[in-house]
Amino acid sequence: MQNESLSISVPSPAYTSAKQKIAIALAGVGILLVLVVWAAGRAVAPVPISLAAFGFMLAGVVVFVREEYLKYPEGIKNNGAWFRGLTARGVWGWLLGVLITGFYVCLYWFPQYLTGLIQLFDPLSRLLRGTTANQWFVYGTFYTAAVLFMGIKFIYKYRHNPYQRLRTFSVMFFQLGFAFLIPGLLLRLQQPEIYFTYFWPLSYYQGTPMAYQGYSGSGLGTFFFFFGLAMFFIGTPILTYFFGKRWYCSWVCGCGGLAETAGDPFRHLSDKSLKAWKIERWMIHSILAFVVLMTALLWINVATGRSIFQEYSQIFYKTYSFAIGSAFSGVVGVGFYPLLGSRVWCRFGCPMAAWLGIWQKTKSKFRITVNGGQCISCGNCSTYCEMGIDVRAYAQKGQDVVRASCVGCGICSAVCPRGVLRLEGANSHPPAFLSRTL
Amino acid sequence: MKIIILGNGVSGITAARFIRKLSDHEITVISDEADYFFSRTALMYVFMGHMRRKDVQPYEDWFWEKNRIALLRDRVSHIDFGAKTLQTSHGKSIAYDKLILAVGSQSNKFGWPGQDLDGVHGLYHWQDLEAMERHSRGLTRAVIVGGGLIGIEMAEMFHSRHIPVTFLVRESSFWDIVLPSQESAMINRHICEHGIDLRLQTELKEILPDENGKCRAIITSAGETIPCGFVGLTAGVSPNVGFLKNTALEINRGILVNEYLETNQPDVYAIGDCAEIRQPQPGRRPIEAVWYTGRMMGKTVAHTICQQATAYNPGIWFNSAKFFDIEYQVYGDIQPREPENLASLYWEHAGGKKSIRLAYDRHSGAITGFNLMGIRYRHELCEKWLHAGTHIEEVLQNLGLANFDPEFFPQHESELVAEYNRQTGNNLVVKQKRGLPAVLRFLNKHHPSS
Repeated sequence: MQNESLSISVPSPAYTSAKQKIAIALAGVGILLVLVVWAAGRAVAPVPISLAAFGFMLAGVVVFVREEYLKYPEGIKNNGAWFRGLTARGVWGWLLGVLITGFYVCLYWFPQYLTGLIQLFDPLSRLLRGTTANQWFVYGTFYTAAVLFMGIKFIYKYRHNPYQRLRTFSVMFFQLGFAFLIPGLLLRLQQPEIYFTYFWPLSYYQGTPMAYQGYSGSGLGTFFFFFGLAMFFIGTPILTYFFGKRWYCSWVCGCGGLAETAGDPFRHLSDKSLKAWKIERWMIHSILAFVVLMTALLWINVATGRSIFQEYSQIFYKTYSFAIGSAFSGVVGVGFYPLLGSRVWCRFGCPMAAWLGIWQKTKSKFRITVNGGQCISCGNCSTYCEMGIDVRAYAQKGQDVVRASCVGCGICSAVCPRGVLRLEGANSHPPAFLSRTL
Repeated sequence: MKIIILGNGVSGITAARFIRKLSDHEITVISDEADYFFSRTALMYVFMGHMRRKDVQPYEDWFWEKNRIALLRDRVSHIDFGAKTLQTSHGKSIAYDKLILAVGSQSNKFGWPGQDLDGVHGLYHWQDLEAMERHSRGLTRAVIVGGGLIGIEMAEMFHSRHIPVTFLVRESSFWDIVLPSQESAMINRHICEHGIDLRLQTELKEILPDENGKCRAIITSAGETIPCGFVGLTAGVSPNVGFLKNTALEINRGILVNEYLETNQPDVYAIGDCAEIRQPQPGRRPIEAVWYTGRMMGKTVAHTICQQATAYNPGIWFNSAKFFDIEYQVYGDIQPREPENLASLYWEHAGGKKSIRLAYDRHSGAITGFNLMGIRYRHELCEKWLHAGTHIEEVLQNLGLANFDPEFFPQHESELVAEYNRQTGNNLVVKQKRGLPAVLRFLNKHHPSS
């Protein structure tokens, strides 16, 4: 076992059944259709092509995962995670990373290269939103499809686990309903395109004077502006006190939704080192401070009649928008899934996660408790923690896991072979018993 | 003071960690097996691709230097207990003030013809894993001999790589020297469900070599020849004390120690798999090769060495394992065949993959054991009830609290209670459900001092 990962030298197709190869071909045809339209820069017959593309992809995913999971008894399915090129930073992982990163670069800075895809989804946009498609609609459509299709995969994978099933239904529901259909329908009804589950500061624009002014004249928009603020100042502390940050991060949030579904095959790639934890704390809190400062400057600017900061506040806004809103959350956050794991943005960048984390760490009942002396220090919990928490370090000491970054996905508890970890809501745990058994 | 620890498994490393917590003594850990401590129980997951080597190492590499725990990769060939020095195979001579022997186990071999051929291995050391890896390429069948915890792990390992497995089990049902018959039957079914060729009441007679001295087939006690490129010997482990035989150290099966884990030699201690307790506590065996006893002994011996003499007290027996997809937990005393004075209450889920068993004293009603398949129970509550000898009916009515399964999992305690009511004509109901707040309320009410 000289190689840490045998991902390049040991190809996995030996374990891939004929049916699965057909499934990969089906999904491959779907992806190929999209790539051809992307490359061509224009879409011919967008309705049949887009239906075929998504149809092939969905069929491919469903056939593949049924073969992958239903053929075997239900249980934890991580065999070969560190052997396969796609999931162990092998050739396929790098290729996928380049593909997604390239898509995000086009999306944010070169939308003219997405013309073909925008045309492809134009009929759907007209149907749903009553208006032409743009690059953001293309993005939303792919995003939602990824959450739904890979959500189906996840549910098959964890079919024995009601917590995982429910949680995944929840993120699929919020993505499809609140981040795709409702904003589209609102647009059709000549209302502002509101994403009810994205609040400031994750949606950094939402808290700005520009957003407020943009909503003027729309009762719903003004309501949402204040609703978002209330969620930040009141909703977050209360909900986090009772449930931990998971009420948002792994049950509702779209970024979390993508990470938990499309990102699930890459969760073990997160960095578990102490050094990474140190960087995480500095980085995520700096970004929270940045977004607060930026928003404050914009408001002071408005309040003082644009006399003090004038263009400086706009420079702040544009810098944040470029560096954090686009480059970090999108290009690195998702594009680097196959290289850095699925929660890079949530862990190192998201200011909403930072805020939720402060409450979770200091004022929450939520914790992961350890079952007596049963831990065998195997490391499955740490390895499969997408947030890079060294769960084992707590489990083997019998210490409750109370960490700002924990999104409460529950995978540590699921993969534990000895039934050691449980997500709970209570204020303390008596240490006397544990100190004797450990 | 200079402390030498032989072995960097969980026992030795726990001892080193706690000695460092409690003192400034000089600590050196010697191992020939690996540079860094790893979780032996997680070897299977490396083979299955769930984790890499670094993932099964509980501490990052900087940890040792930071905590001034010196690591030496070497093998001790001789110990002079009189002069308090040891010799290593690299020719070093090292003096010690205190010596902790944490040298672990070795896989049992029972004199089978061909047991030392190439391609015949146990599963205990890192090197065993490397051997499995080496022999796996192009392997068309593995035969595993010995129906216990390591045997079923090895079966799962090969199965994860789609390598066909024949599993020879001497007993009439899997691990039935430990598991009661229903649970044992459940695991038999589960092994077969995974497509493992399970051969009950079948023993290994001989391993046949090919022209290169590598195993090519085995012959079973039924006379059948099964071609295979790998034979896994998993018929238990025994203390790794060969190199200490014929010294002044008193050894029976393991290194004999008293309750302070002291051997018969001054300033020499033995902990973990290799230690044999002279007078074990009731309900405990003299040698217990399980993870947590190694950990407890390491902590205990550290206190004793650091002037806080502590007797080894593992408390009430517990253990856990996972048989393919079925988790197993046990608390207290569960006998494979009930003794006269004990009764047991058993419920099994219709799906045949979950069960709850409670054993209790037929006369006094005191609870004596919990056995769980596919269901997690809370160690703390089970131990509390076992320790107090709580009446079975009291336990049953509060049993919901013991459930440790994740949220939204169904709770089956009321089904077990219904079974009890059916057997006894009682009308008990489960009063509480799981969850830490309720558990804390319960514990505080019954144990206000803690």
